[in-house]
Amino acid sequence: MTIALETQNLEKQFGGLRVTRDLSLKIEQGARHALIGPNGAGKTTVINQLTGVLKPNSGRILLEGQDITDIPVHKRVLRGLSRTFQINQLYPDLTPLETIGLAVSERLGHGGDWWRRMGTRSDVNGEIADLLTRFHLLDVMNEQTVTLPYGKQRLLEIAVAIAGKPRVLLLDEPAAGVPESERHDILAVVGSLPRDVTVLLIEHDMDLVFSFADRISVLVSGALLTEGPPEQVARDPQVKAVYLGEEAVNV
Amino acid sequence: MSASSDVGFHAQRQARWHYGEAAFWLIVLACGFAFPTRYLIMTDILRLALFAMSLDLVLGYAGIVSLGHAAFFGVGAYAAGLLALDGIVNEPVLALVVAGLVAMVLGFATSFLVIRGADLTRLMVTLGIALLLEALAERFSNLTGGTDGLQGIEMQPIFGEIPFDMFGKTGFFYSLAVLFLLFLFARRVVHSPFGLSLRAIKNNPLRAAAIGIPVNRRLIAIYTLAAFYAGIAGALFTQTTAIASLDVFAFERSADLMLVLVIGGTGYLYGGLVGAVLFRMLQELFSTITPQYWQFWIGLVLVVIVLIGRQRLHRWVLYLPNLVIKQIAGRKAVVAVPESDA
Repeated sequence: MTIALETQNLEKQFGGLRVTRDLSLKIEQGARHALIGPNGAGKTTVINQLTGVLKPNSGRILLEGQDITDIPVHKRVLRGLSRTFQINQLYPDLTPLETIGLAVSERLGHGGDWWRRMGTRSDVNGEIADLLTRFHLLDVMNEQTVTLPYGKQRLLEIAVAIAGKPRVLLLDEPAAGVPESERHDILAVVGSLPRDVTVLLIEHDMDLVFSFADRISVLVSGALLTEGPPEQVARDPQVKAVYLGEEAVNV
Repeated sequence: MSASSDVGFHAQRQARWHYGEAAFWLIVLACGFAFPTRYLIMTDILRLALFAMSLDLVLGYAGIVSLGHAAFFGVGAYAAGLLALDGIVNEPVLALVVAGLVAMVLGFATSFLVIRGADLTRLMVTLGIALLLEALAERFSNLTGGTDGLQGIEMQPIFGEIPFDMFGKTGFFYSLAVLFLLFLFARRVVHSPFGLSLRAIKNNPLRAAAIGIPVNRRLIAIYTLAAFYAGIAGALFTQTTAIASLDVFAFERSADLMLVLVIGGTGYLYGGLVGAVLFRMLQELFSTITPQYWQFWIGLVLVVIVLIGRQRLHRWVLYLPNLVIKQIAGRKAVVAVPESDA
């Protein structure tokens, strides 16, 4: 089995605080891999290092066997690593059409075109139409993003990441904050991602994790606690302790 | 219509010409014939409009704040003056382009300082660069004429055919032609994927990088282009007034420019043009009423605009024309649809 994304002894400190501790992960090609852990376990910090927003203090990150530890964010995207954000990171003033159009244009290498008008390339238009349809955004494509309901914004967030045609997709809590009535759309979209896309899911919602993932890594205090198929992780007494412990605190 | 061609149609929505825009330019052209005694002030407005359009490209589209845009205006102005004085390039249009390119080189070089850091840093860096250039121009007086400025500039005829006249008629139509051509160019650029990516960067640089936009490269590119525009505006100043003095670098020039854009609105290209007209008219009006304290009233107008306009600064100018169109044509208004609506 080939490895799509790998971290080797990843280490990140904020001042004296070790938020990622000697983390080595291997995510197989085409996997539905979930990274779970209690609040403050450092999940998002891991994502930020994978995408290049944060630089690890030590350790390496490999994308399809190639070292990407030192290359900037936008170049990782062009190599096939996309992400969604836990809190929507969209362009409030732009429309879904423009937002997705831009992502498609950048991927096809037309993003720097400064003379040709937007909307005059049929290959780009075709892909935009395709994505807008798939993500139920066709009816609101000319509305400003800031005016869209949260569920639609969430769909757009995922659509933008998909528009980059990633081979590895990092989903950071895709269903976070989405009202119950709009949840179904999100879950359906996540569930219907093509199998050749490797997905790393960061999630709090255990129902979603166990229905979606075929492999789960548990992160606690920045270190890997355990890893394995869902049923094994579910039975793991350590994992139970962590989550029960958290719930006990919550109560 | 299939979804794909539908998408193409809507994607080009803003790039299409509207009647309102054509009307705008026809009115500007008509002014050239209607007020033959006011060429000097009208030329001044055109220069200011071009200069403001330059700032709109970096501020309105890419979100780069600048308090030192006069740096490029000044370099363009002195470059045009020196080219004409020393007889290096005698033909005005060619000299104009060369002066613009000189400013562009400066813009490229300083862009690396500007893209670092956040808004406050940018304000300070741009301000600093303009002050620095002003001091340099004063220091190297053998080249720039110091506090006296460049004097005795004689302009050769445009294309060797059309001489500048003492009433400023040639200057006006020359400036208008330059403004219109550069406007067309800017209009094309802002409706390209490149232009859209600038707006994306302004909206959310984090996400922009996350979809593969090379943020810094795009910012450098637009800052360099804007410097070219500002340089051309400066060169027009020298060519049409036959003088270049230290005040081309003055802080007030950069600050006024900000006012022009606030009055006219940012991010739809017409803001600088409308703002330049309104700003100069207000200036004229207030200085007739109260020659000493006109700045007080300009200040007051500014405060009112910002309070009323808030986030919708760039919309309010369009309010009246859109209302008229709605009433007359009974359809959704289309005058210079603003690009963004923060």
